[in-house]
Amino acid sequence: MAEVSLRKIVKAYEGNVQAVKGIDLEIADHEFVVLVGPSGCGKSTTLRMIAGLEEITSGDIAIGGKVVNDIPPRDRDIAMVFQNYALYPHMTVAENMGFGLMLRKFPKEEIRRRVDNAARILDITELLGRKPKALSGGQRQRVAMGRAIVRDPKVFLFDEPLSNLDAKLRVQMRTEIKKVHQTVRTTTVYVTHDQIEAMTLADRVVVMNGGIIEQVGPPQELYHNPATRFVAGFIGSPAMNFFPAHLVNGAGALRVRLPDGTELAVPAERRTRYAAYIGRDVTFGLRPEHLTESKNLDRENVATLTCTPEVIEPMGMETLIHFRVQGEEICGRIDPTTEAAPNVPLAMAADMNNMHLLDPATGRVL
Amino acid sequence: MSAATSREEPGIYHKAGSLHAERRWAMWSAYASLIFAAIVFLAPPFYMFITSLKTSGEIANLVGNPWLVREPTLENYTDLLSDATFLGFFWNSAKITICVVALTMVISTLAAFALARMRFWGSQVLATGVFLTYLVPETLLFIPLYQIVGGLGLLNSSWGLVLVYPTLTVPFCTWIMIGYFASIPKELDEAALIDGANWMQMLTKIFIPVAMPGIIAATIFAFTVSWAAFVYPTAFVTTPDQMPLTIGVVSTLVRADTFVWGKIMAGALLAALPPVIVYAFLMDYYIAGLTAGATKG
Repeated sequence: MAEVSLRKIVKAYEGNVQAVKGIDLEIADHEFVVLVGPSGCGKSTTLRMIAGLEEITSGDIAIGGKVVNDIPPRDRDIAMVFQNYALYPHMTVAENMGFGLMLRKFPKEEIRRRVDNAARILDITELLGRKPKALSGGQRQRVAMGRAIVRDPKVFLFDEPLSNLDAKLRVQMRTEIKKVHQTVRTTTVYVTHDQIEAMTLADRVVVMNGGIIEQVGPPQELYHNPATRFVAGFIGSPAMNFFPAHLVNGAGALRVRLPDGTELAVPAERRTRYAAYIGRDVTFGLRPEHLTESKNLDRENVATLTCTPEVIEPMGMETLIHFRVQGEEICGRIDPTTEAAPNVPLAMAADMNNMHLLDPATGRVL
Repeated sequence: MSAATSREEPGIYHKAGSLHAERRWAMWSAYASLIFAAIVFLAPPFYMFITSLKTSGEIANLVGNPWLVREPTLENYTDLLSDATFLGFFWNSAKITICVVALTMVISTLAAFALARMRFWGSQVLATGVFLTYLVPETLLFIPLYQIVGGLGLLNSSWGLVLVYPTLTVPFCTWIMIGYFASIPKELDEAALIDGANWMQMLTKIFIPVAMPGIIAATIFAFTVSWAAFVYPTAFVTTPDQMPLTIGVVSTLVRADTFVWGKIMAGALLAALPPVIVYAFLMDYYIAGLTAGATKG
């Protein structure tokens, strides 16, 4: 097991198109790091560079303290799980799992012992004699993980391993992957475009966008203290609401003035933090769960506003309401017992303790 | 709006009721054309078989139905099979074909793997070039090849044929196998690379087993071309001891304008037997080979 360091990693393709623009990342031993971002953000390219499947244009990658830039994949002591599983179709499950050990000339009994052990961890012992075509998607995914586990490598690399599974199986396998990591404790780099996977699996989440790292941090940290508008909008479902707003200094407190004239009081302790933006345009960010019906008015730092829902979506444990503020689509979460109807004005409360102000020019969270 | 229109004009669906009749008609026409094709293709070998069972006297006798055998005899077969020259043709054909197939498969598997997977400068042009060489007909190619084979001192030698047949088989087999190898998902080689395979292990342990239907299709092609080659042996081999079956039967059993029809037919049928056996054994693989890769999964 080992730590992984990426230092000023650049990947450029012909025509000087940069897929990865000089990223730095330190991954600790035993850590589970998830690279997340939209398609084309460079996350898969980064993973493939760690694996040695893509050449690095510039920068250094070190695994276990050793720079591996010019070391072929087979000598990096890594194991990778692919999106389409990449099982060898002509081999049985046991042969698939033992292939890497066989190539490394491990004794037969050792291969068998390790395969049996991995099969037990993944609960696929009864499938060892089958060929991949006789397996379901979830079983194939387990075998692909088994192939990684038997090698006992320094690092596990996962490239969107759950994308080909149906929604229910995906949730099940997600738990499975987490369980496996808790058992084997191998340093893991996991790529996904699904922020829920990122949040649930990661010790630390790396949010990438346009070839750069937007923010690195534990899931809760990213959720509650996003650094940029991109992270704020990407992490969390439904996404954070952004209102165009103006910061004014009025009646003993800072106030966020929305385009329709509604003014929301900013908590007093944030006064110094936002002082430089008084009198300027800002973007006001608020997660849907902090925009609820106004029955919680007894709490501190709650501001009220009235909205007219366009669409109401009952989810069971909560109800989502969608409305518009100056063309921006806004989402709020209300209690399922609260009565709401489309086009009927509803008094809402914004929990200003959890508000964010962003610089509209830079997208940085203030 | 279009939905409303179709509801008002149910007439466009009137054929739905006759689906059964249409299918029956399609079945009948399919059977009719298949039976017709089978007759067209099987009549010549059947006639050859009938003729091979006749004596020269019966063949020469123009009275009566030529499709019937009055005095069946295996004389033509026993004569040929006890004739050392004919057995020599057989041996030459077998020797040449086995060598050519082996040589072709080794060269084209390696070439196809390199062209399909190792991205190197000019690989695309090379792949196209390989196919273009296949388009040059052998009737043109044998003239320069005659000089080359002559220069190597291999004229009138079956080993010379082992050298020239691959000019026909390698390009096509390489082309077939490039297609096969290209249809193997890229992740499979990446998984093998990470598992610790080098290029050669990737080829022998992953690509060859996975592309087996394609390799068998290519093998059958190389076998057929090599076994049935006619132009090259006609041009390069002159004495019966070096001749393969295709020209051996023709050159020794046709003397000036005397055709020993019974033996020619028996010889041709015996010569056709090995390909038939190969096809029969590998048919399932061959068909899978022709269709696999056309659609994914």
